Amino acid sequence: MTGPNDRPQRILILGALSTIAEALARQYAAAGAHLLLAGRQADRLEQVAADLRVRGAGTVVTWAGDLAAEKDANGAMARMSGSLGGHIDGVVVIYGLLGDQGAAETDSAELDRIIDVNFASAARWCMAAAGVLERQRHGTLLAISSVAGDRGRQSNYAYGAAKAGLTVLVQGIAHRLAPSGAKAVAVKLGFVDSAMTAHIKKGGPLWAKPDAIATSLRKLIERPSKPLVYLPSFWRPIMTVICNVPTFVFHKTKL
Amino acid sequence: MTDRFYPSAFTSWGRIHRKTYPAGHPRYRDEIEPLLSTRNARAMLAVGLGRSYGDSVLNDGGCLINMTALDRIISFDPETGVLRAEAGLSLDAALAMIVPHGWYFATTPGTRYVTLGGAIANDVHGKNHHSAGTFGCSVRRLGLLRSDGLEHDLGPESGDLFAATIAGLGLTGVITWAEVGLVRIPSAFLEVERIPFGNTADFFQLAAEAASTHEHTVAWIDCANGGRSLGRGIFQRGNWLAGVGFSTPPARNRSMPVELPSAALNALSVRAFNTFYFRLQKAGPPVAREHFSTFFYPLDAIANWNRLYGRRGFYQYQCVVPPAAAEQAVPELIKQIARAGAGSFLAVLKTLGERPSPGLLSFPLPGATLALDFPNRGASTVDLLARLDSVVLEAGGRLYPAKDGRMSALMFRAGYAAVLPAFVAQVDPAFSSDFWRRVAA
Repeated sequence: MTGPNDRPQRILILGALSTIAEALARQYAAAGAHLLLAGRQADRLEQVAADLRVRGAGTVVTWAGDLAAEKDANGAMARMSGSLGGHIDGVVVIYGLLGDQGAAETDSAELDRIIDVNFASAARWCMAAAGVLERQRHGTLLAISSVAGDRGRQSNYAYGAAKAGLTVLVQGIAHRLAPSGAKAVAVKLGFVDSAMTAHIKKGGPLWAKPDAIATSLRKLIERPSKPLVYLPSFWRPIMTVICNVPTFVFHKTKL
Repeated sequence: MTDRFYPSAFTSWGRIHRKTYPAGHPRYRDEIEPLLSTRNARAMLAVGLGRSYGDSVLNDGGCLINMTALDRIISFDPETGVLRAEAGLSLDAALAMIVPHGWYFATTPGTRYVTLGGAIANDVHGKNHHSAGTFGCSVRRLGLLRSDGLEHDLGPESGDLFAATIAGLGLTGVITWAEVGLVRIPSAFLEVERIPFGNTADFFQLAAEAASTHEHTVAWIDCANGGRSLGRGIFQRGNWLAGVGFSTPPARNRSMPVELPSAALNALSVRAFNTFYFRLQKAGPPVAREHFSTFFYPLDAIANWNRLYGRRGFYQYQCVVPPAAAEQAVPELIKQIARAGAGSFLAVLKTLGERPSPGLLSFPLPGATLALDFPNRGASTVDLLARLDSVVLEAGGRLYPAKDGRMSALMFRAGYAAVLPAFVAQVDPAFSSDFWRRVAA
């Protein structure tokens, strides 16, 4: 896989330690891409980076820090881009946190954490990435959102609200970037068999594998078409149904 | 997260026991130690891709640590062929990276869907055992995390803890990473000859001749047809080919989508299959160029082939008998199997070499090893296997724990008596398995 003029792709991954992010990074590594991996634990980032180098990646740079706490996202994004030599082909904002809905209802610190990680900080990084890509007039911002943002449900509406906010923000960025040629995509993920969902009993056709999700994400970065994408795509009709269930029925469910 | 263990269904390859175990799924090496300290006194066992056939990877009443997400390469030097990786890396994934550089594992089992840790914990061997020894012979270093929280960096100079961990069935702690020495290959292809033989005496002659001329030897043997067909088979011998490149042909992978009804496998269908297979192999070209993937791993092309044996699953039986007794014991085993009408689809016969393994509980001995599958028909299957046990015992042989799901404590102790005290001294008291509780009882 190559960028303009057949050079290796340059991809920034914010939240590189997650299951899906690592699956995505391995696919890029196999194609010789240059990668920046951002995440919290320096030692884990180094373990992932060493593996990606053997798997064929070009330059692999690590950025260890708390993405949710970074206030100068614009400055940090410029440095990240510079560390791969600029001309970024993709910025992937993939970190997130499910949080504890029950706790968020009484403890505003947990509510703040869910909103800060999934929306406020992600919004800063997305804006910063939009600026870089707009100036380049090239590249794709891909942010991981969730089907949970389509309709508020009692079991995870704080998380859902944060992701809904992120979806609309990225949709707006896509609109803004349209004249420049750069793209933005919000990906509404369904259930993925990953570390975030390790505690949930799996099985059945709704659960997607991280590798398959990573393959789809790569296609969306290389050939972005629409600003909002359901992944896997069967979630679009499912969510249409869920959004159209009448309130008097919906309120009787435990969803 | 207060509880790090989640209920997780896990079966071994023989699919006889189907249970759910509390399992931890570490993604980073620093996540293993917290699992060991929150296990609440339950016995632990690290598991990989579940290719062990019996109960050596099951842990009823205990917990499993599923290592398959720990699959990162730590380092690989394409000049020296030294590969260091986390224990959950599959040989399949490793081969995809090392073969294009002209390297291969010093030896490989009959499936590439095993983890590095599993290959070490079972000290697997392959078609080149007579020259390369076991997988453990190529292990330079390994990381072993014990339940006391200490992670040891072990090598051949480390004494009994290293020796007990090679072939140690995961009972000495969690193998976290390993470093192996690879061997150069001149291409990704082998030149393979197939030679039909009429009886086991012919097999032993062919194997003795090929030992010095061919790196890889193995035979398929017909255990289903009695009379004059008894013990006929196809001897395969192969060497790596030079100068034909490292390409990988497009995979034509198939899958066994459902379990066959158990009745589909009976004496008649197994006999018919063996006859068909013998004629097919005999009719094929005597010398052929084969990619490593079809030569070493023919069954990997059919995902979930173990479903062939139906809902009740199957036993695999693999024994080794010393050279002096082999020429009598092997025909006797085949006779018992054919008489019981329990014959196996694919019975594999191979001679094993002299090269010792560093592993205390390592299965191979110089001699001949016979491996067969038996559909689980309950008591009649277990009775047959017990009769085979007595033949093996009398011949001074032993069974392969990685394949076993039923051997008695007596049978195990008889086979491994000389090394057992040294091994037991290194077992981590927090680790156990269904197999270990049975044979160590």
